[in-house]
Amino acid sequence: MSSQTTSGAVTEHSEHYDEVGTRLGFWLFLFTELFLFGAFFIVYLVYRTTYLPDFQTASNQLSTVIGTTNTIILLFSSLTVVLAIHYMRKGIKKMALTFLSITILCGLAFLVIKSFEWGGKFDHNLFLQLRGNIEQGLGSPLLTPGSSEMLPMGQVLFFGLYFIMTGTHALHIIIGLIWMSVLWVWIYQGKLKTDRAGILENGGLYWHLVDLIWIYLFPLFYLIA
Amino acid sequence: MSKKKASQATESNNFFNQHTGKWTTFPMSWLTSTDHKRIGLMYGYSMFFFFGLAALIGLIIKLQKMYPASSGWEIIPPSLYGSFFTLHGVIMIFLFILPGASAVLGNFLLPLQLGAKDVAFPRVNLLSFWLYLGGAILAVVGILLGAADTGWTFTPPYSVTTKTISIFGFSFDSVSWMLVAAFILGWGTILTGINFIVTIHRMRCKGMTLFRMPLFSWTLYATSWIQVLATPVVGITLLMLAIERVMPVGFFDPAKGGDPILYQHLFWIYSHPAVYIMILPTMGLVSEILPTYCQRPIFGYKSIALSSCALAIFGYFIWAHHMFTTGMSDFANAVFSLLTFLVAIPTAIKVFNWSATLYKASISFQPALLFAIAYVFNFMIGGLTGMFLGSLSTSIHLHDTEFIVAHFHYTMFGGAAFGLIAGTLHYFPKMFGRIYSKGSAYAAFVLMFVGFHATYVPMFIMGMNGLPRRYHTYPDIPLFSNMQFASTIGSWILVSGIMLLLFTLVRGILKGEVTTERNPWNSSTLEWQTATPPTLFNFEQDMEVTRDPYDYPAFRLEQKKSKAGGKK
Ligand SMILES: [Cu+2]
Repeated sequence: MSSQTTSGAVTEHSEHYDEVGTRLGFWLFLFTELFLFGAFFIVYLVYRTTYLPDFQTASNQLSTVIGTTNTIILLFSSLTVVLAIHYMRKGIKKMALTFLSITILCGLAFLVIKSFEWGGKFDHNLFLQLRGNIEQGLGSPLLTPGSSEMLPMGQVLFFGLYFIMTGTHALHIIIGLIWMSVLWVWIYQGKLKTDRAGILENGGLYWHLVDLIWIYLFPLFYLIA
Repeated sequence: MSKKKASQATESNNFFNQHTGKWTTFPMSWLTSTDHKRIGLMYGYSMFFFFGLAALIGLIIKLQKMYPASSGWEIIPPSLYGSFFTLHGVIMIFLFILPGASAVLGNFLLPLQLGAKDVAFPRVNLLSFWLYLGGAILAVVGILLGAADTGWTFTPPYSVTTKTISIFGFSFDSVSWMLVAAFILGWGTILTGINFIVTIHRMRCKGMTLFRMPLFSWTLYATSWIQVLATPVVGITLLMLAIERVMPVGFFDPAKGGDPILYQHLFWIYSHPAVYIMILPTMGLVSEILPTYCQRPIFGYKSIALSSCALAIFGYFIWAHHMFTTGMSDFANAVFSLLTFLVAIPTAIKVFNWSATLYKASISFQPALLFAIAYVFNFMIGGLTGMFLGSLSTSIHLHDTEFIVAHFHYTMFGGAAFGLIAGTLHYFPKMFGRIYSKGSAYAAFVLMFVGFHATYVPMFIMGMNGLPRRYHTYPDIPLFSNMQFASTIGSWILVSGIMLLLFTLVRGILKGEVTTERNPWNSSTLEWQTATPPTLFNFEQDMEVTRDPYDYPAFRLEQKKSKAGGKK
């Protein structure tokens, strides 16, 4: 390989792959994610303390059944991703692919259920209208300032936090799904060999984080009544 | 394989003509390069551009204050004054000094100082740069089109309710644009931080123990931890503010049940440690520069290294000293005031060590050293006036006056920016293989130093006499009008110094005398042993370190030996 011609391209020096370094970097990344949600939790706690009765009333309008279903789905997907990594380490490609597929399906199911739940809230004008529209009288009667039917401030804050926090969480699910689909293709095509299971493991770690955050979101929004 | 490749490299091969990817033509060969040196330089070009731009805006702001408005003087209409200082502040802080030394020189130097080929994740490093560039464009377009006037702190409720003026016929929510831009810029810094931490832990060459790392690497280490742990909090806070502007929820707007003080807490939890992101790497640079031009070991290596970490840790627990006037409990005020005073200790340790390094040394007064000494001097004034603001009684009096503006500029401009300039001048020959004109660098230094004090000392005095900041004019009494006039003249000297400096740098890059001398300042640290400019993989062979970084006696012995070996 000639790197000496003055305009010659030199290939990237990716000869060595440092698994420990990659994992360290990845853990740091997970910590930043935790801090990111940590800021949300601080805001949530402050307003929950201030507006506890409002938060309880608003929480009652969320369906515990839907929330529980989604929790079970996510927990189950965490198990399947662990199994996928386990079979990857053992070198059984077929089983690894199967369990990875189940994980992806669970993630999709979570999103579908979530979108039905959100859709119901929009139909009841509970949130997500643009401020400009409301000012022009096009939006929610419940949230229009000054209207006699306006929701109490605490409930508006509850739904605001509910949408932004579960929304950010859903965004993480989507990123995780894209990531695992890419890994699935790589494993299927043989680009990702079983001796590099560490890469799949990082994907699994990310999925566990998403799962863990949901474990906190679920009681905070669905079970405070 | 890489060893063989590297060993064939000659002095004429360097990272300017060796490419990492398949792109070999400018600009794609640079914009897609994963080489840490190119990424560092690209940060450098964009940042010094923004520095010059924001300095010119600062010049206009000062011109507005030259005479009181009652005398009929008007450069900026009062309604736009807020937009001008916001533009100045946002560019200087988010696009220049916050990524600052750690993005430019950190990227360029960290692998060189550790004896590594690159950072741990070169592709992620490139992604960081792209995030920086994207965020910068978004921010500048956002402010220019919508004339946001919130100041760089975006404090609600004003930042929630302020309307942005419409330009070209459509209204433009420039505050939300800036908030999203800051969020994107934040992710750039987080990824850089992760990259540097892993690099320092995993990529050090043989023999490079943690306590043999050069001090700049140490300060980068402390900085990176702050970047990783503090940035997500402010990122999500700013995003909530952006959502609040477009949707009917009031996280921080008291009219809708939100708590604006909560925003200030979340903002300053990040933004106080952020001043250490700005200042720590430049402290490292000064610690590189002083021993080099004194040709002696730095005084108190370990205490400088560890006090950097102490600053990073203490920095987390003093955020509320920005909020003494918001009506927190007296007990909380007292605790935060006390903790703020504690921060002076690690800072003072550094200043004493630097002075002790200079004491009785035979000093070579190169331009870089002058900037470094000015840095120590300015930063001391900035730090000590910070103590005025950290003690409760004086803080009430000085809060939101010109005093605080002067204090901030003494630490961030006279400190961090002077340090970044010192570092740039110090490493300039290594980066470009060229030499800048020393004469004009000296002239730029004199102009900047004189202009700097002439601009900001009057602001201290006016602030102590109660002149509030962020007002477009002031009462026409002799004290204020004389001081403002002096300050404006000072800003002319200062900005002409900055422009001369930028001109010196650009001219040096384009037309400076070519050099291949590896170690022009005769420095003992590892980064100077590479070719000038360095080759793509930095070192011709795998390096091994056998001594402390600033062990000048041992370094002189090595030089003698290699000279004797050369003669044989
Ligand atoms: Cu502070």
